Amino acid sequence: MAQRIGQISRFNITALALGMAFLYLPIVILVIYSFNASRLVTVWGGWSLRWYHEFFNDRAMLDAAWMSLRVAAVSASIATLLGTLAAVGLVRGERFRGRSLFSGMLYAPLVMPEVISGLSLLLLFVALNAERGFWTVTIAHTTLTMCFVTVVVQSRLAALDRSLEEAAMDLGCDPLQAFLRVTLPLIVPAIAAGWMLAFTLSLDDVVIASFTTGPGSATLPIRIYSEVRLGVKPEINAICTMVIALIAVVIVIASLASKLSSSDGKSAAPL
Amino acid sequence: MSARRIFARPARYAAVAPYVWMGLFFLVPFGFVLKISLSQTAIAQPPYLPLFDVTEGWAAIKAAFAQLSLDNFRLLASDNLYISSYLRSLVVAVTATLILLLIGYPVAYGMARLPQRWQAIAMMLVIVPFWTSFLIRIYAWINILQHDGLLNQILLALHLVSAPVVWLSTDTAMYIGIVYSYLPFMILPLYATLAKMDPSLLEAAGDLGASPLRAFWLVTFPLSLPGVGAGALLCFIPVVGEFVIPDLLAGSGSMMIGQTLWLEFFTNKDWPVAAAAAVALLVLLVPPLLLYDRLQRRELEGGR
Repeated sequence: MAQRIGQISRFNITALALGMAFLYLPIVILVIYSFNASRLVTVWGGWSLRWYHEFFNDRAMLDAAWMSLRVAAVSASIATLLGTLAAVGLVRGERFRGRSLFSGMLYAPLVMPEVISGLSLLLLFVALNAERGFWTVTIAHTTLTMCFVTVVVQSRLAALDRSLEEAAMDLGCDPLQAFLRVTLPLIVPAIAAGWMLAFTLSLDDVVIASFTTGPGSATLPIRIYSEVRLGVKPEINAICTMVIALIAVVIVIASLASKLSSSDGKSAAPL
Repeated sequence: MSARRIFARPARYAAVAPYVWMGLFFLVPFGFVLKISLSQTAIAQPPYLPLFDVTEGWAAIKAAFAQLSLDNFRLLASDNLYISSYLRSLVVAVTATLILLLIGYPVAYGMARLPQRWQAIAMMLVIVPFWTSFLIRIYAWINILQHDGLLNQILLALHLVSAPVVWLSTDTAMYIGIVYSYLPFMILPLYATLAKMDPSLLEAAGDLGASPLRAFWLVTFPLSLPGVGAGALLCFIPVVGEFVIPDLLAGSGSMMIGQTLWLEFFTNKDWPVAAAAAVALLVLLVPPLLLYDRLQRRELEGGR
């Protein structure tokens, strides 16, 4: 009798293990080396927090980190508000004029190369004579990330049973009340996941921020990027490890949020 | 009138604010790119001279239209730098997509064969790197690939090579970086189609005498083609315009179109040509985008 098809085989396990190792090993190595005492990135000189200390004494890096955190928090909040509204409009609004243009505009930035989005926004800001800095980067990040929020909230909203809203309206709610009291609580985890996705995407972006920021207001990725171009510095390992730790916390919160609120407790994935 | 209809009306107004935002910050900027790509180089020289002032009114806009020219596109078409970066973008994107398929398919296949509980965990593990900073993941590879980096240390220790191999600033490093960054984008759609597949189809093929390999080739693979297409396009489209990865990992020999655009903009400060390169890049992306859209639509209809 031939081996049963569809069972997990040694080949499957090997492929999976190699794939996961490929995805995680570089990050693990980076984190380990951030605690390296040696100035030479490749020579192990024992465990040390030296490079973390260095970061907290680096004024320019700290300013950039602060700028990045503010941009990420503000743009993620605006993006979540707009993205949720867009998802509600698309899923519950049925047909309205220009709907396909609207959904097209919301999908395009997901696949559009960042150089194009960045360049086009900069040309707009220049034409409007807007002073470039915090707000132009925030607007640019909002535009990009609200599309991701829309996708996340939209899929949750589409999976929701409409009869719940209809029942609420039968019981005397007006549509807005039905939405606020019944639908909104049910999609809160998706909204939270959307916010966190927008936050991490903004914290990560080099290209669009480079185009839309002004002199003297660089974000952390722009700083890291310009340092990395000049070669590896152990301080960057420490900064990167802290960013990874921050994002890890965000992911854990996001998956806990979606686990707690999904009725079956099954969907642990943040997306 | 059903409750559904009543609800539709206010929900429509929810779209107004995001609609206006996207129009203002997504659609309008493209108008500017188009406009500037059609204008003369001299006008747009920094220090950031606006091409026309909105406050000057309609006459100024009309005057600006009169200056439109196709010179920048002629320059793009005649200069080898642009044509070669255009072609290189295509070659890199196709090659990277093929490598991604070769690596991503077995991983997605392995995931789909796991017990249900483990599938959720594996999926989580694939998604997490997607959340982890993209720049940091590229930087992690620079640590590994540099001259006295970990990879060379291991190779030397194992006596596989006698002298350190140059990895950084080569196409190999660039492909490693691209494959590494885009692997989750390839695995997830592949996994989605493979996990949906009915295992009884494979059992039937086995009962009819097909070997596991034959059953895979005749049943599983054809059925997973929508996932293959979606994954391939999801990787191909953004890789074409990639800037950061080739800039940090590839050699300075030849550039991709995203890099050319960046160079024109930031180094040569030739905005009209940069804008024209952006339009050209967009044109390059329209056919794959349309294909992706069609695939998505077919998938949605098939799912019903």
